[in-house]
Amino acid sequence: MMDQAGNVVTPATWIRAELTLGQSTKDYLRGLITPFNVVAAAVLAVGIPVTINRFVNGLAAATNLTNNSPWGLWIGFDVLCGVALAAGGFVMASTVHLFGLKEYKPLVRPAILTGFLGYFFVVIGLFFDLGRPWRLPYPLVYSPGVTSVMFEVAWCVSLYLTVQFLEICPAAFEWLGFRKLRVWALWLTTALTVFGVVLSTLHQSALGALFLMAPGKVHPLWYSPYLPVLFFASAVIAGISMVVVESTLSHRIFHSQVAHHDPRQMDRLLIGLGKAGAVVMMAYFCLKCLAMAHEQHWPLLLTPWGAWWLVEVVGFVLIPSLIYAVGARRENVRFVRAASVIAVLGIVLNRLNVSIITYRWYAPDRYIPNWQEIIVSLTIVMVGLLTFRWIVNRMPVLRDHPSYEPAH
Amino acid sequence: MSVNRRDFLRLLGAASVAGAAGDSTAEAAPLQRVSNDWQGMLIDLTLCVGCRKCEWACQQENDPARGQPIDAFDDKSVFEQRRRPTGLSLTVVNRFDGRRPDDKPTYVKKQCMHCFEPACASACLVNAYRKTAQGAVVYDESVCMGCRYCMVACPFEIPAFTYDSPTRPAIRKCEMCFERLARGEAKPACAATCPVEAITFGRRSDLLALARQKISSEPERYVNHIYGEHEAGGTCCLYIAGRPFEELGFRTDVGDKPYPELTKGFLSAVPFIQVIWPAVLMGAYAFSRRREELSDESKPAATQPEQTGQQP
Repeated sequence: MMDQAGNVVTPATWIRAELTLGQSTKDYLRGLITPFNVVAAAVLAVGIPVTINRFVNGLAAATNLTNNSPWGLWIGFDVLCGVALAAGGFVMASTVHLFGLKEYKPLVRPAILTGFLGYFFVVIGLFFDLGRPWRLPYPLVYSPGVTSVMFEVAWCVSLYLTVQFLEICPAAFEWLGFRKLRVWALWLTTALTVFGVVLSTLHQSALGALFLMAPGKVHPLWYSPYLPVLFFASAVIAGISMVVVESTLSHRIFHSQVAHHDPRQMDRLLIGLGKAGAVVMMAYFCLKCLAMAHEQHWPLLLTPWGAWWLVEVVGFVLIPSLIYAVGARRENVRFVRAASVIAVLGIVLNRLNVSIITYRWYAPDRYIPNWQEIIVSLTIVMVGLLTFRWIVNRMPVLRDHPSYEPAH
Repeated sequence: MSVNRRDFLRLLGAASVAGAAGDSTAEAAPLQRVSNDWQGMLIDLTLCVGCRKCEWACQQENDPARGQPIDAFDDKSVFEQRRRPTGLSLTVVNRFDGRRPDDKPTYVKKQCMHCFEPACASACLVNAYRKTAQGAVVYDESVCMGCRYCMVACPFEIPAFTYDSPTRPAIRKCEMCFERLARGEAKPACAATCPVEAITFGRRSDLLALARQKISSEPERYVNHIYGEHEAGGTCCLYIAGRPFEELGFRTDVGDKPYPELTKGFLSAVPFIQVIWPAVLMGAYAFSRRREELSDESKPAATQPEQTGQQP
C-alpha cells in the first residue's frame, strides 16, 4: 500500500488515513459539520423513514400513482432525467479515446464517475418504482420479453453500468495501489468506449421509443416518430452540458483537488465544449421543429400547450444554444456556464413533459407527485452527491495520482 | 481538431439517418396470425340497462374472496363518476346521459378488448402476457416486475395495478374468463349473467357477422360502426351502439394499425446500430491514431498538450 506521496504504509494505517482523509478522527468528524452536510442530514432524516414507508406499506402509501397515471416522478425524473444527465461519460470518453481530442482528458474521469454513479442511482430509483424490484434480473435471464423496447433498455442499462464500472476501475486501482489490475483495466479502454457508445446510443434512444406506444396519451407536440432520435440528440446535449456544470461546481468545491489545473486551460476546454454544445443544440432545435412540422402541428402552437412547447423549445433549447455560440465565439466561459445550466434544466423539462406533464394532457385527473415521491428523489440525488464527494476526495478523479503516468 | 469535430457531427448524422430509416420500415410480420377460431364478445349497447350484474358476476368469478352481495351492485350512485377497470373490478359499467334530458341514457360496459396484437404483450419486458389460442389476452403474475409499461402502452387503458400491496403488487385485467372456460363453462361470467343478453359470446368471426346483420336489419337503431372491428388492428371484443362512439367515452383515435407496429421500426434499427456503430467508431479511432502518429513523426520533440496542464 502506498499513501498519496508514494510512501509505503501498512494496510491498517492506510485505511485509517483514507477514511479520515489523513486527519485525526476527531478533526475529521468536526470538519463534517458544514452547511451542505446539515442539509444532507436533514434530507436523509426525512428520506429514510419515507423509504421504509414505501417498502413496508407499498407504492400506494408513498406515491400518487394511479391506474391512469402509472408512471410518476420516479420514472420521469429519477430514471429518464438520470440517464440523460449521466450521458457525459460516453460523450467525453468517445471525444478523447475515439476521436482523439486528447486535451479534454482531464474531463473524462469526472464525467465517467458522474455517469457511473448516475446509472447506479437510476437503478436505485427503479428499486423504489418497480412493484417487485427483487425481480429486476427477470428480463435478463429468467423470462425475456424480446418484443419490448423496455427489454432493450434493461439490457443496455445493465451492460452499460458494467462498462462504466470497468471504466472507472483504473481510478480505484490507482487509489488501492493495484498496479497490474490497473494496466489490465486501461488496456480495455478503447473497447469499453466503443461498447459504451453503442449501448448509450441504443438505450438513450430507446427511452424515447418507450413512448412511441402512447400516441394517444403524450401530447401531439411531444409525441413524434422521431422520439428516439430526439432523446438521443438531447442526451448528447445533456452530457456536454453536465460536464460543464459539474466541472464548474467541482472547481468551486474541490479547490485542493484541482489546484494543479491551469484555470485558463480549463476555461479553454469549457469553451470548446460550448462550441460543441451550440452545434448539437442547434441541430436538436431543428429536429424538434422538423418533428413538429412533419406532423403538421403548426395550429397546435396557438393553444396553451403550444405556448408551453415554445417555452421548452425556444427558452430551453434555442436560447441556450445561442448563449453557447456567443460564449464560444467571444471565448467567454461565463456564457458557456450559463448556457450549460439552462440546457440541463431544458433536458429535465423535456423528459418531464414527455413522461408526466403532457401525459394524458386531456384528462381532468392529473398526476401531481406525492411529497414522499419528491423526498425520495431528493434523497437519491443527495446520496449520489455524497458518494461522488467521498470518491473524489479519495481517488484520483479530478487530479492525477502522483505515482502513475497519466493514463494514455 | 476541426476534422474530428466534423467527423463527430457526421457520425451523429449517420445515427439519425439510421433511426429515421428504421421508423419508415415498420411493415413487419404480425406477432401472431389472426385466427378464425378466436372467441370474443359482442356487446350491444342499445340493450344494456346498467344493472351492473356483470360487475357482480365478474367479482364472483375473479375475486370470490371479496364476495360482495349482489344487492351492493344496485347502487346507482357510482354512475356519477366515470369509472375505469381497477384491481378490484375488472369490468365496470358507465352511464352516458342522452343528448336531451328526456333521452334514455346509454350504459357502456368496459373491459379488456383482447386485441389481435396486444400492445400490453409487446410492451412487456418479461413476457407476462400471452394471447391464447382461444383469443383471450392473459397475464402471468409469476414473472411480472411491476414496471407498469403495459398500462402506458394499452390504448384502451385496461390493465390496473394493485398499488396497495407492498409485497405482491400485480396487474389485474379481464382475461375473458380464460380459466372458467377451461373448466368447461359455456360463457364468461359477465355474458352468462347478463339478464338482457347484451353480451353475446362466441367466435369472433360469427360475432362480426351478427353485428353486421343487426346493423343492416335495424339501421335506425344502430350507428354504422362496429367498434373493435379495425380499432388498434382489430380486437376480439366488439361493440355496437345507437350513438356515435366518441360520445360514449370510446377512443376513436386509436387507428387501424396494431400497436406493436409503433415500436417495430425502432427495434428493427437496433441490429444496424449494433453492427454499423462499432465499425464507424473504430474507423474514427484508427483515423485519429494515425493522425497522432503522423504528427509525432513530423515533430518528435512536441509535448502533448494535456501533459502540460496535468502535472502537479
